[in-house]
Amino acid sequence: MNGGSNVNPVLAAGHGLIEEEFERAVAILGRTPNLTELGIFSVMWSEHCSYKSSKIWLRTLPTSGPRVICGPGENAGVVDIGDGDAVVFKIESHNHPSFIEPYQGAATGVGGILRDVFTMGARPIAILDSLRFGSPNHPRTRHLLAGVVAGIGGYGNCVGVPTVGGECEFDSSYDGNILVNAMCVGLARTDRIFYSTAAGPGNPVVYVGAKTGRDGIHGATMASAEFGADASERRPTVQVGDPFTEKLLIEACLELMQGDAIVAIQDMGAAGLTSSSVEMAGKGGLGIELDLDQVPLRETGMTAYEIMLSESQERMLMVLRPGSETEARRIFEKWELDFAVIGHVTDTGHLVLRINGAVAADIPVGPLVTEAPVYERPWRHADPEPEIDPAAIPDRDPLHSLERLVTSAALASKRWIWEQYDHLVMGNTVNRPGGDAAVIRVGEYKALALATDCTPRYCRADPMRGGAQAVAESWRNLTAVGAEPLALTDNMNFGNPERPEIMGQFVGAVEGIRDACLALDYPVVSGNVSLYNQTRGNAIQPTPVIGGVGLIADLRRATDLALKQDGDALILIGQTQGHLGCSLYLREIEGREAGRPPLVDLVGERRNGDFVRGQIRAGHAVACHDLADGGLLVAIAEMAMAGGRGVVLDPLPADLPRHAWLFGEDQGRYLIETADPAVMLVAAQAQGVPARLIGVVGGVALTLPDAGAISVNALKAANEAWLPGYMAQA
Amino acid sequence: MKAAVVIFPGSNRERDVCAALYRATGHEPVQVWHRDSTLPPADLIVLPGGFAYGDYLRCGAMAAHSPLMREVRAQADRGTPVLGICNGFQILTEAGMLPGALLPNRSLRFTCRDIHLRVENNQTIFTCGYDAGQTIGVPVAHHDGNYTADPDTLDRLEGEELIAFRYCGADGALSDEENFNGSAHAIAGILNNSRTVLGLMPHPENATDPLLGGTDGQALFTGLVGALK
Repeated sequence: MNGGSNVNPVLAAGHGLIEEEFERAVAILGRTPNLTELGIFSVMWSEHCSYKSSKIWLRTLPTSGPRVICGPGENAGVVDIGDGDAVVFKIESHNHPSFIEPYQGAATGVGGILRDVFTMGARPIAILDSLRFGSPNHPRTRHLLAGVVAGIGGYGNCVGVPTVGGECEFDSSYDGNILVNAMCVGLARTDRIFYSTAAGPGNPVVYVGAKTGRDGIHGATMASAEFGADASERRPTVQVGDPFTEKLLIEACLELMQGDAIVAIQDMGAAGLTSSSVEMAGKGGLGIELDLDQVPLRETGMTAYEIMLSESQERMLMVLRPGSETEARRIFEKWELDFAVIGHVTDTGHLVLRINGAVAADIPVGPLVTEAPVYERPWRHADPEPEIDPAAIPDRDPLHSLERLVTSAALASKRWIWEQYDHLVMGNTVNRPGGDAAVIRVGEYKALALATDCTPRYCRADPMRGGAQAVAESWRNLTAVGAEPLALTDNMNFGNPERPEIMGQFVGAVEGIRDACLALDYPVVSGNVSLYNQTRGNAIQPTPVIGGVGLIADLRRATDLALKQDGDALILIGQTQGHLGCSLYLREIEGREAGRPPLVDLVGERRNGDFVRGQIRAGHAVACHDLADGGLLVAIAEMAMAGGRGVVLDPLPADLPRHAWLFGEDQGRYLIETADPAVMLVAAQAQGVPARLIGVVGGVALTLPDAGAISVNALKAANEAWLPGYMAQA
Repeated sequence: MKAAVVIFPGSNRERDVCAALYRATGHEPVQVWHRDSTLPPADLIVLPGGFAYGDYLRCGAMAAHSPLMREVRAQADRGTPVLGICNGFQILTEAGMLPGALLPNRSLRFTCRDIHLRVENNQTIFTCGYDAGQTIGVPVAHHDGNYTADPDTLDRLEGEELIAFRYCGADGALSDEENFNGSAHAIAGILNNSRTVLGLMPHPENATDPLLGGTDGQALFTGLVGALK
């Protein structure tokens, strides 16, 4: 084997390997790697594939529970939902590619996360997308938003999986690094889950799906570095998606999975054929030998290096039981997809690649995986800001403030986005986008509740509180539709981990997530880390997005946020102290981003949520909504706008400044519409849950004592108008 | 009523329409793979929504030339009713089984939302479950639903009452705003001359379950069952 003569530390550095990492690779091989081997080491040891900066911290998260069938480490997490059914889900980022080429970057993000889910034997049943863009005033924001939304829709609509929820926020910290996090949820049988552990030396290794081209080479390496001034020059590293092929691949794989042909299966995502073959062999403690001449290629003259590093989309690698190739080939040919036996499992423990009859690479898989670098990077917590005294904030007309809040980029209706997504296909969408959580039917009356959440401004001011709050808000959103929160998937989006203050944000967020997961029995079953979201030294706000999944046993006893009946009472659950630090009110009305975010009282959070869920399941809650950005008055307005009904508020309590009561963002709170407030208040008191009657549903306006009224229809029109108006400006 | 649902590679609303047919008939329709050369005997042929062949070239263009479509056309010529929904409507126009064409929505964006339809002609097997002029609420989910045809064709569709549904407001009134995709004459669905082929862009099959936002689409399927039994 030759070709190693040109490989040196400088070339390795160009592949993203630092000197010690290159030396480690040389030591593992006992010689200098050739170019193909260098490429394999560089992608496997990239931040994106190796999690080398985050691994030691992610290990501290709770990942098990009575319902958890499979936690992190596989393509997606698997949770038992009873009746022999399992929910399979994961979230994944496609941030860097989406900034460079928004349509394809976002589209292939959806494609990749779909594959992670159906690889495990699950039929994808829902997609959610958590999006963060730069300031609305930034010249690229409109273009990026339009492209990302069209890309998500273009892919999800065509494969026929409903896109049912997510978030979209704007902040100047994302001007140079937008976030596109896609979550996919699938449904499988608990006895038909497929894993990626190779087994059985001699078993055939099979390639299926689309052909391999030169697209996406080095995508994983790109996602592991900061953007400099040359971001647009990286466009060739962005992959191109074909949702039609993905649709065929879903159907073909699920058809093959009805039988017992598959020993192991892994999608070719980041680092393509390299990571899929190495991961399968590594998990099985075995080797794999591949004949690259058998790989279906889109272009001629591709080298081993290019074939192994291509990130062409819609491809899968499988280990089959011997003798099942004919039946498997029949299924893939029916769906007009490529099918090729490209190698076999070995007991050598080596990844051996051949091309044109010669050995192109020979790497021991064990060390490549187990000796991958792991760093405990230096970190430091920033000093927290002082708390904000609400009495020091001036009093203003609250209804005028409300109008400004619901027409802000943060709270304006995102209908313009989700109407471009087919959120109804498959015919099981019970609660559509725009509420606390989407609800998707999975049985006659059984359903899943799905939501994504994060409040980055909290995370920046106090990563630990922010991490805990993201988990708590996710749990609360699922609870607010009547679901029992089961488990979550996390997408950790941060800046450059080599900077101690950024690493400190990561460490703090993980601590907060861990505390909340433990307190709420809400384990992490899958996730993704995206670091280096930083351009010319400017990092994004720390954004640990939580994708939550909850179970609704009987969806006739689920609810949504729309007010439904004049004369019903509105009850506020939870303690209000008027916390304005880091609040949306402070940012949008006072123009200040200051103070500490609200503390999540995890004991109270759980107690309040369990009470609310009990009330919904007992049929006492006609509507329910959690309190989040903008606090009480925004939550009331959202319920009013969703239901097209007014509310008359009772006199406000005298012990808090008016704006603190109406706009404070204290955690652990909900609003419930009920026909029988007396019974609910007594029940709350018996369980030690703070509860208070705050007003009555009725009329066509939101009416505040001593502060006038505002038309619900006018408020809704303004809330709906912002985003279409913004996007229509050239 | 026995229904056959044709599955092209890229069809994706076959589950939805099969569920609606099941609710209306009490039994599962037959799903027919596009490469099959024959259709099983059926009282109704359905072309479901989706992106047949990825909608590459033009929406429905490649599916229109699928071998099975020759069989669909032959059956239709013999009077077997054909229902094309969304992509199915696009395929029927590309195959020349219905006149006109479906252009990109005037917003140039995919649109998924509830809309209102006015039943323009209830004297057909597809619409007999509705009152004439009734307004119903059903969802749409398409990028290319902007119906167009030459003026003579539009005159003929109007004159011969071949327009089955039009986009309208909740009160049944027509307006430019409610005609959200810009279709000529606000056309949402049309019939062939013999009124045995219906193509429509909206999804009545996604409005057949009270838990999922309404049942206004149900009467299309129950009406068919009544008419074809």
